[in-house]
Amino acid sequence: MSTPAIRLKDVSIRFPIRKGVLRRVVGEVRAVDSISFDINEGETVGLVGESGSGKSTTGRGLLGLSHLSGGTVECFGQDLAALKRDRGALPRISQLVFQDPYASLNPRMTIGETLGEVLHVHRLVPPAEIGARVAKLLDDVGLRRETAERHPHALSGGQRQRVAIARALAIEPKFIVLDEVVSALDVSIQGQIVNLLQDLQRQRNLTYLFITHDLSIVRHVSHSIVVLYGGQIMEMGPRDSLFAQPLHPYTSALLSAVPVPDPRIERARARLEVRSEPPDPSAPLPGCRFQRSCAFAISRCQIERPVLRPIGSHDSRHVAACHRMDEPLVREALSRASHGALS
Amino acid sequence: MTMHSNAAPSPAAPILEVSHLGVAYGNDARKVQVVHDVSLAVSPGEALGIVGESGCGKSQTMLAVLRLLPRGGRVSGGAVRFDGRDVLALSARDVRGIRGHGLALISQDALTALNPAMTIGTQMAEPLIHYDGVSGAQARKRCAELLDLVGIPGATSRLGSYPHELSGGMRQRALIAMAISANPKVLIADEPTTALDVTTQAQILQLIDRLRRDLGMALILITHDLGVVAGVTDRVAVMYAGRVVETATTEDLFASPRHPYTKALLDSTARIEGQVSDRLSPIPGLPPDPRSPVSGCAFHPRCSYVRDVCHQDLPQLVDGIAGGEHPVRCFVDPFVTAPARRAGEAAR
Repeated sequence: MSTPAIRLKDVSIRFPIRKGVLRRVVGEVRAVDSISFDINEGETVGLVGESGSGKSTTGRGLLGLSHLSGGTVECFGQDLAALKRDRGALPRISQLVFQDPYASLNPRMTIGETLGEVLHVHRLVPPAEIGARVAKLLDDVGLRRETAERHPHALSGGQRQRVAIARALAIEPKFIVLDEVVSALDVSIQGQIVNLLQDLQRQRNLTYLFITHDLSIVRHVSHSIVVLYGGQIMEMGPRDSLFAQPLHPYTSALLSAVPVPDPRIERARARLEVRSEPPDPSAPLPGCRFQRSCAFAISRCQIERPVLRPIGSHDSRHVAACHRMDEPLVREALSRASHGALS
Repeated sequence: MTMHSNAAPSPAAPILEVSHLGVAYGNDARKVQVVHDVSLAVSPGEALGIVGESGCGKSQTMLAVLRLLPRGGRVSGGAVRFDGRDVLALSARDVRGIRGHGLALISQDALTALNPAMTIGTQMAEPLIHYDGVSGAQARKRCAELLDLVGIPGATSRLGSYPHELSGGMRQRALIAMAISANPKVLIADEPTTALDVTTQAQILQLIDRLRRDLGMALILITHDLGVVAGVTDRVAVMYAGRVVETATTEDLFASPRHPYTKALLDSTARIEGQVSDRLSPIPGLPPDPRSPVSGCAFHPRCSYVRDVCHQDLPQLVDGIAGGEHPVRCFVDPFVTAPARRAGEAAR
């Protein structure tokens, strides 16, 4: 394998907590705490975690929208910091699509104007050709050309999300961060957008970071998965390996909590409970981030932070950070909770 | 732990019965009908799921039942009977008596449902003192018991907390505690877990399920998530474009969905289990806008089993070929008939 398209190395993103009239810094929130992973060209990494896990902040950091407090990001062989200094270079490589296209599209501009503006600002095509390029972009995302004349309010949620994708594609980026792009859509429409994104990826060899809390969708779209909790990676690995045999108690708890549209499975399942609330990112505990919620925590988990590692003869790309994951009893309990009735 | 007993459909008389209910907005010149001819019933202790996508009329139906339709909305026909009383004919004062003691509502967004400027204890105690005439001290004690019942740790100290001091899951628990404070006979939960993380969702669903059993309430669970109804309901009604298109026991609905919409919805859902398919199978097109209703069956433009008759005639909700308690609003039965056309590519 050649070098990956995107490489994060020990990336940390912290936000200062300010207080008082003088806005003195009294602490910091460790939103993302020393994470490293790669995304191969033309592939999708699914970044999953619950609210506050740092998944959106990671995505913003990759696009240069959040300042990195530590670590480096390599973007198609170039350093992110260098790309940021060269104005306009980063947006030409990487783009972002948000959850709510209604908030990210200008309500007073027609779709044609919105897309045309991007082409104009980045001087991607001569002014005379902008109309034709807009029509082509609408074609590419499965919208009628007449959509160019319409305003965002006249479109459905799915159509607006197609426009947001067209706007990202206008710049012909190589990498797109997709932040909860189907979460606000109805189930019957989600599939339309997911299929479109997968088609575009195959046609254009696009690289995606797919950020979501929805494990069913992430399983469908991702080549590999990164599981975040409290700003740290709990587990990551190739899709099939991770879903077939989750190593970390948190991943198992997540999988066991997803409701399955089948009453026979749903009623027979054993759920692995998450016991407390997520950790406070401004006052991180020593040891494992998941310790307070973990059903398997022992005293070692409160002292020593576990490192990401594979287990036994398992796929070496599939790693997790847990002290107890090799213990047969723990393995058995995890496998029962996340699968049991599923397989 | 499981979230279900094998309770057979209860033979008891329904505690809440909605018959041929219609809800419309606007005046006669520009009427927009959002709920058409909806009939539902729930018996004491039974859990009914109402499933459908945004705009299908599932929440409007329940708002009409609670007499909480927003300005401009009105019941255009039908009847609602609760515990033998005609809800739509009650005075405003009598309706207030039914809300809380009879029918209680849990909404999706606990942060907007709770008053941000009042402590949890104060807003929980208010209706107890006001309507039930209990003393302040008694109300406080009862509130602490309720918070304990819904699994809020350190209940007594939490009475003094403001909503913003609680996490999303804890706020939803507090809202549930308020909903059950007057011992309602029917608990109506409208997307109670949609705003929550998946692990919290599992806990809240388990809590609702446990309370329903322990307190003998009937439950109406409104959701867009087929996985959510699979775990906690006895029966399910599927709604599309303001109409009920299929009702069945939860087992039957998932084992043999008979309406093409239900089948398509199940097929379009990405799964956490089983084989990963190469492509998802979304339903082509969009749901209809109630301002420009579709002729015939409202699902016909998106249906892969469509026939000529579906373009003009509205099918009735009748027991299908299979018979039994599984009425379907469709001219064809997807289990006996092959699709007339392949489910299309993403419609434009």
